[in-house]
Amino acid sequence: MAAEHQINAGFIPLFDSAVLVAAREIGFAAREGVDLTLSRETSWANIRDRIAIGHFDLAHMLGPMPIACNLGLTPLASDTIVPFSLGLGGNCVTVSNTLWAGMAAHGALPDLNPARAGRALGALIRERANAGRDPLRFAVVHPHSGHNYELRYWLAACGIDPSREIEIVIVPPPFMADALATGRIDGYCAGEPWNSASVVAGTGHIATVKATIWKTSPEKVVGVRKAWAEKHPEALSALLRALHHAARWCQDPANRGELAALMAQPSFLGLSPALQMPVLTGHLALGGGAELTVEDFFLPFGKAANFPWKSHALWFYTQMVRWGQVKHSAAHMALARDTYRPDLYRAALKPLGVALPGANAKVEGALTAATPVGSAGASLVLGPDGFFDGRIFDPDRIDDYLAIRDWAMPTS
Amino acid sequence: MIRKSLAVLVIDENHIRASIIEAGLREAGHEQVTVVHDVAGIARRIAEIEPDVIVIDLENPNRDMLENMFQLSRVVKRPIAMFVDRSDQASIEAAVEAGVSAYVVDGLRQERVKPILDMAISRFNAFSRMARELEEARSELEDRKVIDRAKGILMRSRGLSEDAAYTLLRKTAMNQNRKISEIAQSLVTAAGLLDPGES
Repeated sequence: MAAEHQINAGFIPLFDSAVLVAAREIGFAAREGVDLTLSRETSWANIRDRIAIGHFDLAHMLGPMPIACNLGLTPLASDTIVPFSLGLGGNCVTVSNTLWAGMAAHGALPDLNPARAGRALGALIRERANAGRDPLRFAVVHPHSGHNYELRYWLAACGIDPSREIEIVIVPPPFMADALATGRIDGYCAGEPWNSASVVAGTGHIATVKATIWKTSPEKVVGVRKAWAEKHPEALSALLRALHHAARWCQDPANRGELAALMAQPSFLGLSPALQMPVLTGHLALGGGAELTVEDFFLPFGKAANFPWKSHALWFYTQMVRWGQVKHSAAHMALARDTYRPDLYRAALKPLGVALPGANAKVEGALTAATPVGSAGASLVLGPDGFFDGRIFDPDRIDDYLAIRDWAMPTS
Repeated sequence: MIRKSLAVLVIDENHIRASIIEAGLREAGHEQVTVVHDVAGIARRIAEIEPDVIVIDLENPNRDMLENMFQLSRVVKRPIAMFVDRSDQASIEAAVEAGVSAYVVDGLRQERVKPILDMAISRFNAFSRMARELEEARSELEDRKVIDRAKGILMRSRGLSEDAAYTLLRKTAMNQNRKISEIAQSLVTAAGLLDPGES
């Protein structure tokens, strides 16, 4: 039987494309009548271009990318919406062995504590500056990425000016480990398995992780060309249901082995299954023999991971404003907020009778522990969702948030 | 008025394809053409060359890095933007399909760039065609080798002439609705399993 809906999607070889990959390969898409074609791409720019000209109907995207498209910050921008998030967490900040030794000399411990690691890094940066040495160079994967914003947020909260005291460059994720090993960069923020790749190679230390900088924080999303979504609402709904089932399957510990083997295939990541296990278990080798298990390191499904919270879109927007990528205005803010579409998520999943958040936005950082929340249907647990510096992001008080000038945590 | 010829930078890891583009640009009268295969140190090269047009292949994973540099870097004196002529959707599509993208300095008139992009598109397509034909020729050669080996096996084990061996292979392929080379490959594999000395 021919599938009811043909959908073309692009992805980048990163572990958090797993939900899309499982939707196709484990058969969830086919079960919803969707013939899902996946094309691997080498850059986010290619993803953006192929969405714009209609080669792809939707794609694996960095959470802030569709917002940047709608704000006209990128070439070939086309109206893009986000009806589904592909997971929470999953990134690390990895530094070279030399930089780690320097940080350790200033009190950094292999405990992934962002405040402690940041304090040590700050002390080292000032020591280097006094000695007249070049600023450290960090890499992120894209200017409009959670990586760029969480790295900057972490540094700024630790009293380091990321725009002046270090240099931030762009390096594609598969090249990060190599750039670190050859000394072209001193550290990077990237998704897995590209951090474990450096640890396994013996050339890097994981200094901290996204899941501790901001617990259960947004990362990749499904970006959909708006014109396509409006023309094919049923195909989109069918796909979102398939992705929901795929995400649940990816989160189930019983499927870890199969998922690792699937993602290891040359057409997806092309890296050994063993290298996929840290992201699946949250059990990370940090380098130098240290190991740690991080709670909620990467959530492809749990804690309402797939819900496209408008507060996530708005937080990304505040970071674009904060770092000078866009001017703040009511119109820009509305564009950012309207990019994420929880209404489409709810409409597609309602027939399944699964737990759905009742609100479209939440106060980020308000939950200090896992908390059952009011939801339509079955029970839903959210959080903890705190920022490591204890700040709160209230999506109803954006102007106050943007007015903050002193982001550094008090040094005690 | 004599217009200064445009400085063109071609970034392509594929040496052969880069040469093809370079030759095309020179034939079209562009004298200031620089080809770069490796993006290491690209910022300095851009500062030296001050290109008006940058042509890059879409397979290059460094596009994100380059786009960011075009927008922000202090070494790029004039802002560089992606070649986007909204009125010309067809040429954008043709470029992406061919696997190439172009960036131009701010203020450069689109009609001066369009011929360069069109040339890059046609050369990229020609290169893909050439690569495909080469691949077909290579697999044809492989097919012929495996058919020869299968014929040899049949001639030895069943005492057939070369023509009869080939006829048998062809008939079997037709009956099973498969390619002769597939039947030949199966036979070679099977013979290898039955007699390790055979293959």
